[in-house]
Amino acid sequence: MSTEVIIAGLYVFALAAFLGYQVISRVPPLLHTPLMSATNAISGISLVGSLVTAGANYSTLSTVLGFIAVTASTINVVGGFMITDRMLRMFKRQPGPKKDSTEEQKRA
Amino acid sequence: MGLPIELTYLAASILFILGLKGLSHPESARRGMIFAEIGMLLAIVGTLLHREIVSYEWIIAGLIIGSLIGGAMSIWVPMTAMPQRTALSHAFGALAASLVGVSEYYRHGAGELGTFKMTALSLEVLLGGITVTGSLMAFIKLQDWIRGTPITYRGQNVFNMTLLALTVGMFVYLIFDPSAHALFYAMAGLAFVFGVLLVLPIGAADMPVVMSLMNSYAGLAAAATGFAISNNVLIIAGTLDGFSGFILSILMCRAMNRSITNVLFGAFGAETATAESGTLGAMREVKAEDMAVQLAYAGQVVFVPGYGMATAQAQHAVRELANILEARGVTVKYAIHPVAGRMPGHMNVLLAEANVPYSSLYDLEQINGEFPATDVAVVIGANDVVNPDARDNPKSPIAGMPILNVDRARSVVVLKRGKGKGFAGIENPLFFKPNCGMLYGDAKTSLIKLAGEVQNA
Repeated sequence: MSTEVIIAGLYVFALAAFLGYQVISRVPPLLHTPLMSATNAISGISLVGSLVTAGANYSTLSTVLGFIAVTASTINVVGGFMITDRMLRMFKRQPGPKKDSTEEQKRA
Repeated sequence: MGLPIELTYLAASILFILGLKGLSHPESARRGMIFAEIGMLLAIVGTLLHREIVSYEWIIAGLIIGSLIGGAMSIWVPMTAMPQRTALSHAFGALAASLVGVSEYYRHGAGELGTFKMTALSLEVLLGGITVTGSLMAFIKLQDWIRGTPITYRGQNVFNMTLLALTVGMFVYLIFDPSAHALFYAMAGLAFVFGVLLVLPIGAADMPVVMSLMNSYAGLAAAATGFAISNNVLIIAGTLDGFSGFILSILMCRAMNRSITNVLFGAFGAETATAESGTLGAMREVKAEDMAVQLAYAGQVVFVPGYGMATAQAQHAVRELANILEARGVTVKYAIHPVAGRMPGHMNVLLAEANVPYSSLYDLEQINGEFPATDVAVVIGANDVVNPDARDNPKSPIAGMPILNVDRARSVVVLKRGKGKGFAGIENPLFFKPNCGMLYGDAKTSLIKLAGEVQNA
């Protein structure tokens, strides 16, 4: 690996760390559980590494390990996003009937 | 790698960040997640065009099986089991990272591996291994397959530290001599063992910290994978995940006034608290009927849920009671301690599931000033987070932990299964205060009964 590639990678890491700190500090405690499942789903991006390992025919061992890795990360990606959405759908400002009444009040 | 693939990765990175930014507010959160999902799809499709990929059958099989398992889990897992599901997904994520790491090491002869790549690979396998077994241990504890109390033995910390030092020693050696194959696999094996040993002495009440820490490790393992295979989107996503877990760990520790080291090596709640209740007076038991009258004529009621609400699956019953109270003109609020439950934000999700609007959910800082103006504080299966000793008694094992000041409410009712102590095994003087009544029994049954009584009041 050339020095430039390494340094570029470290730049990306450092900047992502600062950005992540800024963005994630602003997530309210209310959403900490969805945050955890969302970051989990996102880090399932390691799937892209597993895909190459599973599909490149390097060796049988690599293919088998890659296959397990693809399965494991897909569980995280699909399951993570689905359950995050399931949770976020539950967070409502006002539940069902009350919403109508406040909207009516606003209109009035 | 071709330019088109790199461009999909760039787009994915931006979309991921936008997605997390959306989580700063419940209104924008779902839209944000859609951005992140599009980003993920782009990155996956982009990768499938990679020229090194020649056969697709294993990939397709893995994608299908993974989608089925992941989809099924996310549809059927109950909200009360979110901590277990999250622990499992940390294990899966870390497993993927460590397997890619092992495979990369196996593929490249030792000669090809430069110092930097070897460092990244070893780090990936090390963090990945610890996270896989550590998270599985957390899962087993959360699932109650083994008891939640810390499991300790003599010389545990010394043993663990020695093992860790040994593993780190191998890690350092491998950086200078990547050709030591046996050592690499031994290090991977030790990482798996260390994960188990790390979580073994940690009590169930400290799970929010463990979960956050595992979250962080899983992310950093993914970032290390990114370095090992020179893939920027992996570095970015892994770093975001790693830092998110890190921030949560700090927040959770702060909410308990303890350091990470203390959580990991303190074996909290193992055999503490010998203070006898005799000196504190007697607990006053209240009847549901009497409590119902109190609630029915209250101006403001604050519910304080803890893990007991989750185990009793009582969130819907809480909401039912709150509905009846609100219909009578009582102001109802919910006070959420950051470490209530077994993972960060656990209580919020449960109450949201029961249709509690998020505008009624209050953080520690927001609600503490309101307790003096509260007629009844209803503590549901929470204990240590409302223990006034943490605030008043510097000798208490939980001294300095920020608590919900329920004892300052005009009256307090504690819904509790039995007369036992909390998870940390610490006596709670709140239960002996004159303004505090105890309502024993299953939280859900008690709440349903209360709702019925309030309706008749």
